[in-house]
Amino acid sequence: MGARWRVIFQVSTIFGIVVLTALLFNILNQSFGLAAVEFAIEPASLAQNGVPLEELNRDQLTAIFQANVSPGLYRRYDSERPFAERTRVEVYELVMERVVEPTVVKTWSLYDTLLKRPAIEAEQAEKYPGARLQFFSWLSPEFVVKPQSSEPLRAGVRTAILGSLWTIAITIVFAFPIGVGAAICLEEYAGDTGLNRLIQTNINNLAGVPSIIYGILGLAIFVRGLEPLTSGEVFGYGEDSTTANGRTILSAGLTLGLLILPLIIINAREAIRAVPASLRRASFGLGATRWQTVWSHVLPSAIPGILTGTILAISRAIGETAPLVVVGASTFVTFDPDGPFSKFTTLPIQIYQWTARPQAEFRNIAAAAILVLLLLLLTLNAGAVVLRNRYRIRF
Amino acid sequence: MEERLVELRDRVVSLATREGNVIALEHRESKPGAEPGPEELALLSRGLRVYYGEFLAIRDVSLSIRRRKITAIIGPSGCGKTTLLRSFNRMNELVPTARTEGEVIFQGENIYAEQVDAVEVRRRIGMVFQKPNPFPKSIYENIAWGARINGFQGSLDGLVEESLRRAALWDEVSDKLDQSGLSLSGGQQQRLCIARAIAVRPEVILMDEPCSSLDPVATFRIEELMRQLASDYTIVIVTHNMQQAARVSDFTAMMMLGEQRAGEMIEFDHTGSIFTRPKDKRTEDYVTGRFG
Repeated sequence: MGARWRVIFQVSTIFGIVVLTALLFNILNQSFGLAAVEFAIEPASLAQNGVPLEELNRDQLTAIFQANVSPGLYRRYDSERPFAERTRVEVYELVMERVVEPTVVKTWSLYDTLLKRPAIEAEQAEKYPGARLQFFSWLSPEFVVKPQSSEPLRAGVRTAILGSLWTIAITIVFAFPIGVGAAICLEEYAGDTGLNRLIQTNINNLAGVPSIIYGILGLAIFVRGLEPLTSGEVFGYGEDSTTANGRTILSAGLTLGLLILPLIIINAREAIRAVPASLRRASFGLGATRWQTVWSHVLPSAIPGILTGTILAISRAIGETAPLVVVGASTFVTFDPDGPFSKFTTLPIQIYQWTARPQAEFRNIAAAAILVLLLLLLTLNAGAVVLRNRYRIRF
Repeated sequence: MEERLVELRDRVVSLATREGNVIALEHRESKPGAEPGPEELALLSRGLRVYYGEFLAIRDVSLSIRRRKITAIIGPSGCGKTTLLRSFNRMNELVPTARTEGEVIFQGENIYAEQVDAVEVRRRIGMVFQKPNPFPKSIYENIAWGARINGFQGSLDGLVEESLRRAALWDEVSDKLDQSGLSLSGGQQQRLCIARAIAVRPEVILMDEPCSSLDPVATFRIEELMRQLASDYTIVIVTHNMQQAARVSDFTAMMMLGEQRAGEMIEFDHTGSIFTRPKDKRTEDYVTGRFG
């Protein structure tokens, strides 16, 4: 009998591992691979005296640019910022964008790239004779630092990362103190009354409410109801044309804060409840007030548990998409958010928007953005775990 | 019967002598019943009743605790010894359902009076618990914290050293004050808890079976320490160990379950009298080991 259960448990474990592996494979499969690229002008033909294009100096690149675009366009760029003041890299990028104009005509997955290379080459030679096969790592350092763009080859996730970080910062600042405060109040101060139990039941239920409902709540309260506040109008940001009528980072952060508040309260309560009663008695026995006991003994002992719960809650918030769509995240923002009152987009929103595009390359960069999101999550979690362990080691 | 009592008495004497504190047994056996004057009294309970919800845990306990003496509370399990002890510094109030009736007079004032702050009562009547419960902080912080929250002015370093010396722990920990209090052995932890209680300069120290989780050597050191502390502090100790009560205490209160499982105090006298000439038959049965 015992052996049968063991087999069942092993099968479920293996099933879980297989599913996770398939998920990761799917993402990685899309993030890397060969692509057929066509150029308006073959970059090799722009080489001068055997020196390839990417190694030419600034003046040579400027000359190439001037020779290959209309005089009007050149003058426009020059008056925007004289070429003499631009760096070599900037001019090179301009040449790539305006002169070489690479376009991806077909992409292949990592799996096909590795195992079906001859077939890909045959297909490329037959269908896209002018194109060149190139291996693309859609996830690259450039991808992380470049802003959003309408062209997949030049699009990046910088605005989305910054938007996510801003939003999550506001979420933490809002939800952590309130959540822990509520947990302390319920655990240490409130008695075991009927009202207390009612509140507890409701908090538990709130933790299970679908996130889109929080989005509707956020839309009603923060975006519409508190618009003067969340748009920054009362702080003097109102006249700026970049503000978004309450559809700001602040609204998003507060909405996500509401969403994870029940999670933080439940976890913090569990952590506080796990602090041994003997510790409280020792403190009270010395003539400590309740607050002194909570502040000096209960909270330090409970903080690893509270942080663990908060990490989980934040991990959930950072991946939330639905409430932010309702609250009014912008899907196309090319400038960085500069504060709580700016328009914003976040990584999950960006991914969602890219996957909805018809061009195949956007699916590749969506996969790359998912990897960025996973990395961001791992980084935040690792940071929080380190923080938690520091508190735990202290005594 | 007579033989047993003599035997027990001899043990008391021999144990007391072994500790290096030859306790004059004569004074323990001196005439009972002489009511102490008010200046000799540290604590006085009158008609004390404690309820947990509907359940009456102790009924009508009237007890006078003498200043700078050790008073032991003995009795079988579940007879309300700890409840009685905790009602002396209002620790019972931490149990949400607990309710206290009657009064406990401490320095001329009923500690259960409305204008009295429980926090202040607990500062002046300290407590040591059954299981050693140092704070998960450094040894230094364990001592200093209580003083700090009570607005101690002066040298914390000096206070820490003095308290640890008084608790006979200084020599063992003086070079590792920054280590966790939890790194000490059980007996050391309990002495740390005693040092912590002393550091806030209470007038009375309540000890709730302080040696029940310790080995005989550690128990012996704590008992020795209690005898030393009795020169400055009033100590009330709850113990299951009758030999311990006989060894360390000056007075002994005997508790027993009465009607409806409510604890009652059935006898209170000098320790010597309780162990050699108990007036109550139940006390005699208990101290001679025939019951409980």
